[in-house]
Amino acid sequence: MPSMINSLKDALEKKFPGIKLRILRDSLLLEDPQDLTRVAQHVKESPAFRLDYLSSVTASDFLDYLETIYHFYSMEKKSGPWVLRVRVPRENARVPSLTPLYQSAELQEREAYDLFGILYEGHPDLRRLFLWEGFEGHPLLKNYEQENADTLEARDVEWLEAHGVKVPETMKKNAAELKASGKRALVEKPTEPRQA
Amino acid sequence: MTLLDEIKKDGEILEINFGPQHPSTHGVFRMRVLLEGETVRELKPVMGYLHRNQEQIAENTTYAGIVGFTDRMDYINALSNNFSYCLTAEKLASIEVPERAAYIRIIMAELARLINHSAAVGFLLNDLGSFFTPLLYALRERERILDVFEAVTGSRMMCNYFRFGGVKRDLDEDSLAAIKTIVRKFPRFLDEFETLLTSNEILCMRCQNVGVLPADLAVNAGITGPTLRASGVNYDIRKIDRYGLYDRFDFKVPLGKKGDVYDRYYIRILEMRESVKILEQALQALPAGDFIHPKTAPLLRNPRNFKPPVGEAYGRTESPKGELGFYLVSDGTPQPWRCHVRAPSLINLSALEAMCLGQKIADIMIILGSIDIVLGETDR
Amino acid sequence: MKYTENNSTIDPSLRDEMTKQNVFVTTLDFIYNWGRRSSIWPMQFGLACCAIEMIAAAAARYDIARFGAELFRASPRQADLMIVAGTVTKKMAPNVVRLFNQMAEPKYVIAMGACAVSGGPFADGYNVLRGIDRFIPVDVYIPGCPPRPEVLLHGLMQLQKKIDSQSIQKAEWYQKGLKREFPIPELGPHGLVPKFNPEVWQPPETDNRAKHYGHVIRIGKKTKAPNLEPAVSAPPSPNPSAGA
Repeated sequence: MPSMINSLKDALEKKFPGIKLRILRDSLLLEDPQDLTRVAQHVKESPAFRLDYLSSVTASDFLDYLETIYHFYSMEKKSGPWVLRVRVPRENARVPSLTPLYQSAELQEREAYDLFGILYEGHPDLRRLFLWEGFEGHPLLKNYEQENADTLEARDVEWLEAHGVKVPETMKKNAAELKASGKRALVEKPTEPRQA
Repeated sequence: MTLLDEIKKDGEILEINFGPQHPSTHGVFRMRVLLEGETVRELKPVMGYLHRNQEQIAENTTYAGIVGFTDRMDYINALSNNFSYCLTAEKLASIEVPERAAYIRIIMAELARLINHSAAVGFLLNDLGSFFTPLLYALRERERILDVFEAVTGSRMMCNYFRFGGVKRDLDEDSLAAIKTIVRKFPRFLDEFETLLTSNEILCMRCQNVGVLPADLAVNAGITGPTLRASGVNYDIRKIDRYGLYDRFDFKVPLGKKGDVYDRYYIRILEMRESVKILEQALQALPAGDFIHPKTAPLLRNPRNFKPPVGEAYGRTESPKGELGFYLVSDGTPQPWRCHVRAPSLINLSALEAMCLGQKIADIMIILGSIDIVLGETDR
Repeated sequence: MKYTENNSTIDPSLRDEMTKQNVFVTTLDFIYNWGRRSSIWPMQFGLACCAIEMIAAAAARYDIARFGAELFRASPRQADLMIVAGTVTKKMAPNVVRLFNQMAEPKYVIAMGACAVSGGPFADGYNVLRGIDRFIPVDVYIPGCPPRPEVLLHGLMQLQKKIDSQSIQKAEWYQKGLKREFPIPELGPHGLVPKFNPEVWQPPETDNRAKHYGHVIRIGKKTKAPNLEPAVSAPPSPNPSAGA
């Protein structure tokens, strides 16, 4: 409903003059990610909105930038959804964390960090949630390279021989070739757009 | 110094790992607990042992193909996930649902709520130590409903029944008669269950005042579903969003007072009674008509024709575990650009540590059981 | 495979005589295997959705107690059978192998469900192991998603027939110096190290998934991100096939 999000934009512009906002379909884009904390505090406490329930924190990869999208609802006034978005560049993706204000953001921000690599500043315990500690890379980014699980690489062959497992010669040769050419065994991804 | 630091200085802390494989039937969930004697001082959950990257798969599958994967998220009641996803996709592409299809969807969703709550109560009592007796009764009723699912949809558990604009197949006369029999006999099963459990001394002593969740923490932590309503907050998405013709039905929303394990157990029994009421009304008022919107039916035979306009949508339903939401971003191709699942089981765990601090080690399992998580949804 | 029969090389009439005197003649293999197969105790190892069907098989309708297997042990040291029910992810795989190593001989593994057999519907993922048979030897494979409880019982019966066909003289677990333990994989930077154990499993020559499934071809590369810029949503088209 466009009128809902317009009223939110007006109220925020009145309270924080000079804030840069833009309406995108039914959501509000905050141009400067650092505004997020004070905006969230205002919507949580202002009697006009009372958005006390942060339903969903999710991230998305739009090739040029990464976005974090927040869905707020109000349990007191039974209204919603109010959608806020924040955009950050891929290289230095830092967004202030909403965990001090809303505890529901704690696990969801960890998930967004795990899958997209966005760093949430102020999060009490930002670690990976689903994948393990030594994992490199952030899987849901569009340029993530997934390993090919059917080809042994040099590291696997070394580990197996150290544990006393016999590796067939062809696999050892393939692994050595891969290591020599400096490539990794990757899953094939499509290279061209699909013809209509 | 915090209490934890003081205890650590004395050297009495024991770290225990409730590892991914343990006899509680919630799945592969790991908790690292710091204990002082028998009291819990810190609890850190570790997830990801069932992370099946369904969001990545959703980016490579057509919209209609994802319906099958949503079944496998909350696998105890697979149909509610279908409902939520189809609602979101219909919002994205502005598809309407004919009346008979909406009634059939409500009937299936409430039957799924019945099987989920009876299984949840059964598993909670399993954790309490009454190994298998209440669970056997609950599974007996669940089998009756699963027979109906099999007759209508072709599969006991992973039903894959809902389509955009309706459902896949109509309800035939035999299945309708079977559902009517179930609805007629279910209150008697609930009475039998309650006689065994509700005023049971062991249940009362072990579950009352254990794992109390205050209402303001529940709202702040994003908890929804029976866990939230047991703490006294009146928030049921069926009444608030009024999606899918739920506003035509007359049912109450049970609320708890204290927010302990006993309230969460009892709320599920009361919700089952309300679901039976909804089912009776739906079966009586079931209209004749199309079971799927005539425009979408031929489309879905070739799923690659379904190209919703560029945009995004967030749709949510009251699944038996809480608010299940789907966030879809479409870029005009047959595959979504981003599909995110707002899983209630993951977010309901935000308050697990707060609920368990200061409790005894034996109570951790029943608090976890009363939140009713399923790992397929938590880890997606 | 059929259940082995109790046939010994004694003259039938002599055997009848002895039965009348309460003397029963059989082979040692028969009695030994009968005892072992009639009370297989599984380990509680449900990972995902197939676990619910396993519990339904243990419930009152599809009773697994008829086969002597109703006692699901929590500890691997006390169990004979590990029913791997559900998706095995790369994060969970080291734990599965560790538990298998902790079981006492003779031990068996049933891979239940499409995910444990070969990765199932999730095989394309970065965190899913394509089948548990990459690291531990599996005795019976049960396909299905999820397989009905009757199918699990059928699989159990096939395992019983396999146990029947084993012989004490050739049993592996009585040989000297046997250590049937498998190396436990570690979690590496991109997946498991190693990706599979070549002594247990080797990839087939033709990659059937790429040949028949080939989702690479169907999706195509997406070069343009969706542009949510227009302030007003496009008017909803009543005909959803209007498309792009």
